[in-house]
Amino acid sequence: MMKYDDYIYDLSTPGRTGVDMPEPDVPETPIPAEFVRDELPLPELSLVQATRHYLRLSQKNYAVDKGFYPLGSCTMKYNPKVNEWAARLPGFTAIHPLQDPHTVQGAMGLMYDLQQMIAEIAGFDAVSLQPAAGAHGEFTGVLIMRAAQLARGETQRHKILAPDSAHGTNPASTAMAGFTAVQIPSDKDGNVDIEALKAALDDEVIGIMITNPNTLGLFESNIVEVCKLVHEAGGLVYGDGANLNAIMGVVRPGDLGIDVMHFNLHKTFSTPHGGGGPGSGPVGVVAELAPFLPGPIVDLKEDAGEYVWKQPAQSIGRIKSFHGNFGVMVKAYTYIRMHGAAGLREVSETAVLNANYIQARILQMGDYPIPYGHRCCKHETVAQGKISGAEDIHTLDIAKRLIDYDFHPPTIYFPLIVHEALMIEPTETEDKETIDAFLDALDKIADEARETPELLHKAPVNAPTRRLDEVRAARHPILTRLPSATATQ
Amino acid sequence: MRYIPVTDDDRRAMMDAIGIEDIDELFADVPAEFRYPQLDLPEPLTEMEVMRELDMMAAENANLREFASFLGAGAYNHFVPAIVDTVISRGEFYTAYTPYQPEISQGTLQAAFEYQSMAAALTGMEVVNASHYDGATAVAEAAIMAVNILRHKRRTIVVSPTLHPQYREVLRTYTQGMELNIVGDETGDSDFRALIDLTNKDTALVIVQNPDFLGQLHTPQEMQDLADAVHAKGALLAVATDPIALGLLKPPGEYGADIVTAEGQSLGNGLSFGGPYLGIFAFRMKHVRKSSGRLVGETVDADGNRGYVLTLSTREQHIRREKATSNICSNQALNALAAAAYLAAMGKHGLRKVAELSWHKAHYAARQIAQLDGYEVLDDKPFFKEFVVKCPRPVTEINRFLLEEYGIIGGYDLSQDYPHLGDAMLLCVTEMNPREEIDDLVTALKEAAAPHIRLELEVK
Repeated sequence: MMKYDDYIYDLSTPGRTGVDMPEPDVPETPIPAEFVRDELPLPELSLVQATRHYLRLSQKNYAVDKGFYPLGSCTMKYNPKVNEWAARLPGFTAIHPLQDPHTVQGAMGLMYDLQQMIAEIAGFDAVSLQPAAGAHGEFTGVLIMRAAQLARGETQRHKILAPDSAHGTNPASTAMAGFTAVQIPSDKDGNVDIEALKAALDDEVIGIMITNPNTLGLFESNIVEVCKLVHEAGGLVYGDGANLNAIMGVVRPGDLGIDVMHFNLHKTFSTPHGGGGPGSGPVGVVAELAPFLPGPIVDLKEDAGEYVWKQPAQSIGRIKSFHGNFGVMVKAYTYIRMHGAAGLREVSETAVLNANYIQARILQMGDYPIPYGHRCCKHETVAQGKISGAEDIHTLDIAKRLIDYDFHPPTIYFPLIVHEALMIEPTETEDKETIDAFLDALDKIADEARETPELLHKAPVNAPTRRLDEVRAARHPILTRLPSATATQ
Repeated sequence: MRYIPVTDDDRRAMMDAIGIEDIDELFADVPAEFRYPQLDLPEPLTEMEVMRELDMMAAENANLREFASFLGAGAYNHFVPAIVDTVISRGEFYTAYTPYQPEISQGTLQAAFEYQSMAAALTGMEVVNASHYDGATAVAEAAIMAVNILRHKRRTIVVSPTLHPQYREVLRTYTQGMELNIVGDETGDSDFRALIDLTNKDTALVIVQNPDFLGQLHTPQEMQDLADAVHAKGALLAVATDPIALGLLKPPGEYGADIVTAEGQSLGNGLSFGGPYLGIFAFRMKHVRKSSGRLVGETVDADGNRGYVLTLSTREQHIRREKATSNICSNQALNALAAAAYLAAMGKHGLRKVAELSWHKAHYAARQIAQLDGYEVLDDKPFFKEFVVKCPRPVTEINRFLLEEYGIIGGYDLSQDYPHLGDAMLLCVTEMNPREEIDDLVTALKEAAAPHIRLELEVK
């Protein structure tokens, strides 16, 4: 079953259809022939075939519902099933985004409450739920910063700073908005280098993008000073909220001086990643930036007790059609309502406890260096796949060998400033036995690396496929396969 | 509590291993004056309580299982067979991350590759990426891609006034820092020849929609003429389209489009109040290295067996950072999976049937409404499943009457986006509207135009 790789078009048999549609119940209207396509090369499957095909494909995936998924920076926590139930209620799925607001007060109320709750959690004054993902939220935030600077008449500003530990989306969002990305080095403790920051700040700087805790898993202990310096230079501070899972109920980014931040509802607030999406990347801002948010957002007319759409006065405009990924919002709302303030703090404290336990045990084990292991980490720790006495073993080999032990590997080769990085984020939803089993596997793999390195080089052997040839895929891209193409190859 | 399995004993053992007495020690580097704010959040609910609360919130909405609807305008009420939710509810699919480790992600990767293939077949294009966020952001990404293909030497985007108004808004939002000129949609003129006149040596991309936002169909010949004229001026053509229509109609790949975008929500994804949806993004192979978004490619494993990987990643932000073709990271993978399962289940016959039913029912509705006093159906061009009706009074008033008296959700009010059309609504009819609903709509519209109803509405 693991070896199943039937291709959907190969299952096709002429004349089959999975779903019968009714005959027209109205008089038919001729369709002009000039419009009609000659061929529609879609497969023809029975419903049984389609069901089995997708079920068998699914079985070739690893997933949080199967086991431990310590993918750093991705917060692969358990996805509560009640969230899925909620998002599938007909009152949420079968409503049209352009309906009269009077007919969708329940949905708008949910969005309003979610805006309020996440603003409170992170210490902001206003939130737009429109962005569809974290990077989309970042791009939105950069456009908001630009709009605010233009409104102040500061047209000369075009540079956005980001530390060298930043996610790739930070400089990419900067460039996409038409600005210049400037990299700031980290100091020996993994914080933004304050002297380098000072040197980079001038009146051409729009602001800085900063992830806190950063991608080394460390709290930027200089954060208040960083914000102060950037503000003094007339800049704004963007917070990448990807790592909010470490600090809920512990500290609010808005209180620290961050002006605008995106949330990853699909990380912090337990909505599933879906094999790559959909996410949801709301943006929170301080009061000064609220007029620039993308809209419409939901407002409450207190006197009438009625929810209405409101376009912020100097909005950067619409960043997505309709109102954002509403289905994802329902799940995040459900999660927050089930936790409350104390529950969210316990989430963050436990996520950080688990990560520090892993860090302590790895340091104790001694096989995998942790460059910033002298500090407490937050939600994740970054080790290195550099095992002494096994110099030809790389992080990639360790990651692939972990698959044989039935674990999803950590994030590898990121952040870029750590050589051979293994970025481990356990989240709060794993029990100690699971974490211990993972650590035991890391320990065994270090021994194997020294004694039987070929086990690592050829790993994985207990997976649905062996290592895949990525170079070949990129050199000779095959991006679709249709029946006619199959015949010519 | 909730989803935290760590017991007090575990906690103690872990703190011992770390060498701390108190969890607070882990947060000593957080500035003390800001540590542990009191969050003002509602008290937590149990699963039983939250289900009850959500049931009540959901019930406050007028949903389309209970109300007849003729609302479209970019989000469509099409049939979703039960198998789709079965597929996307598999924990192996929806609780997986982006397939960075291909050996344990072949399910996601093969399904995405099959989506790319089926969507390419549907659009008549050579390549489809693994998804963008929605139909609107796909259009914006098309503009950025075209500017990149033409090496930033051409800085004008010509857009049709009948491209979805929200897509045009998002295009302008996305490109506000890029110093591009976006022209063509200042008037409501839906004749594509006006766009050709605007196209010149500074034009990177011309963007049109077919069937357009007003439901109108432009003939394949008209589209080919447009493509030829745009190409003759060295520019590229993007066509936004409706994937359901492509079950029946000639695809943009057959009439010269360089980039094809679509809102893929209709393919197996619910309305869900506007999202999550699916941005379908198709293009020619020769432009693949300037394209944005993830791509899944076929390859082999160490034993020579067929497998799939994310490929051409050197275009993407995690490798190229500020030089990436886009900042996109998370996409709409699960929505693309829903679309794949939908296309697999419907197949070529089922999808064509859906398109034909929509056509017949929309045309039946238009004929009935055209006979009503006071209404006029704009039918100077053929249409697919949406059409414009000029109304005897403001659309908001008519829609209120339809909802209150007949439980019908009426069409989209065009007065904001297309004021030159006057009191006009965009009606959408799909396979989901039985004949009785259409007949009710016709009766209700007739009544809404009657003098005594007009008086009542005015009083309100």
